Amino acid sequence: MVKLACRHLLLAGALTLAGCVTINIYFPAAAAEKAADRIIDEVWQLKNGATPKAEQPEATPGEKK
Amino acid sequence: MRTRIFSVAVLATLASLLPAPALGQANLDINTPAIVSLQRSMQQRHTQLAPLYASGAVGLTRDGNVALRDARAVPLAQRQRVNALIASENQDRAALYREIARANGHPEWEADIRATFGQRWISRAQQGWYYQNASGAWVRK
Repeated sequence: MVKLACRHLLLAGALTLAGCVTINIYFPAAAAEKAADRIIDEVWQLKNGATPKAEQPEATPGEKK
Repeated sequence: MRTRIFSVAVLATLASLLPAPALGQANLDINTPAIVSLQRSMQQRHTQLAPLYASGAVGLTRDGNVALRDARAVPLAQRQRVNALIASENQDRAALYREIARANGHPEWEADIRATFGQRWISRAQQGWYYQNASGAWVRK
């Protein structure tokens, strides 16, 4: 009985580890979308889905010179 | 015997805890100096690209780039400048996709990252801008 319990525990642990390894091999699509959105927010100066104001950017090129 | 059961239980608990940090990487790292500087360069270039998106001269491609869609929308004298702008933008974008993949330890993700960006640029584009649909035709948003 005790042995059986031990085996179950070991099996559960092994499966969890295997699941972890599998997850890491695949491309994290959701995380990539989030990262893309964060970068697009910056590049296009969008603020949390508000109407974009591409025509009036805060910084003009050459301003920092 | 008890100690053995206990140690197995402890091991199993530890094993189930292990994936936690791995799953915790729900975010991709985009804060490397290279990525931040590419982002800034693209942000500055956007002030010149925005009117070109609006006029339909430049559109967003399916593969996460920009392309000249309608040369007639650009005065002849400015075509060279616009072409150079498109080339630099695509260069930055390629570097950005490559850097994100590399910064997260998976250079082989570059194509997937590019595809993800391709979709996100299009779905977040303003009304009136042009993008390429699945069959490669230009569509006005």
